[in-house]
Amino acid sequence: MMLDALMKIFGKTERSSREIARDRLKVVLIHDRANVSPEVMEHLRDDIIKVISNYMEINQQDMEISLANDEDSVALVANIPVQKMKHSSKTDN
Amino acid sequence: MSEVIVITSGKGGVGKTTTTANLGVGLAMRGKKVVLIDTDTGLRNLDLLLGLENRIMYDLIDVTEGRVLYKKALVRHKKYESLFLLPTSQVRDKMAVNPEQLVKLCEEMREEYDYILIDCPAGIEQGFKTAIAGADCAIVVTMPEISAVRDADKIIGELGRAEKENIKLVVNRIRPQMVKKGDMLDMDDINDILSIKCIGQVPDDEMVVTSTNRGEPVVSNEGSQAGQAYRNIVGRICGEDIPFMEFPEEGFFTKLKRVFGH
Repeated sequence: MMLDALMKIFGKTERSSREIARDRLKVVLIHDRANVSPEVMEHLRDDIIKVISNYMEINQQDMEISLANDEDSVALVANIPVQKMKHSSKTDN
Repeated sequence: MSEVIVITSGKGGVGKTTTTANLGVGLAMRGKKVVLIDTDTGLRNLDLLLGLENRIMYDLIDVTEGRVLYKKALVRHKKYESLFLLPTSQVRDKMAVNPEQLVKLCEEMREEYDYILIDCPAGIEQGFKTAIAGADCAIVVTMPEISAVRDADKIIGELGRAEKENIKLVVNRIRPQMVKKGDMLDMDDINDILSIKCIGQVPDDEMVVTSTNRGEPVVSNEGSQAGQAYRNIVGRICGEDIPFMEFPEEGFFTKLKRVFGH
């Protein structure tokens, strides 16, 4: 309370509820629209493995793929342990 | 050229039926031949909003199940003679009509009417799918409230999946004083979030309540801001280029009245 009052006096106004609503909606709609069902994540995982396997050997058991929800954005986060680099990439298939 | 327009929203209580009634009356005031179809089977209300609740003989289900021809089930409005209502049943449920039946009915009606407006039930289930089946375009009604905007986005996605690409937005029940204070989303915010062309913003207006009480949609009330907003939407539906209305500042006397609790 005290801090809020002080912030107001020094012109540091808090974000309006309108701005908060706008930002919350933008984030929730990214999720809604992406329709990230477990099946979709599974497909995405398979496709990523396919592409990366052209260049390196990876540990498929330990890899993690998820959508991370930050305060005002959504990121695709992948942690993929590399076991071995391939000598020549197969880019022609 | 006739047009079939479905009025939908996803969320309940944002003003689909009110919008349908007002656009119907507004189009009829311009001399258009209009039929309004209530597809909210089991929870019908469009008859009440139009003041036609005592004149219903047959309903949508009687028509789709072949007991009467649609013309026999239509209720003509008392005041606006080019406006007709096809009410739905209050006792059956949403499964009583299927999309093919509604598509066929709309096709028949196209030959006689300029505008066919379909009042869609809330939700995204069968009732919604049936309501949108025969439509050329959709008007999505929303409110400046996060849950209503989120549901509108979901509905826009569902309409896209059903290959209904012509979608327009109406933002209902805006409270200009709250927008001004930064406490409510405005039309531009919602436009930006949903990326859908907006064809109207309707202020929250007590006259909507009083006119609904009387069964006379507010669009015919010259002194009402919401009425003006609906008349503007009607004009835009008819292809006119009408600028969006500015909401006037709250006057001194209105403020005074509020202070003294009137």
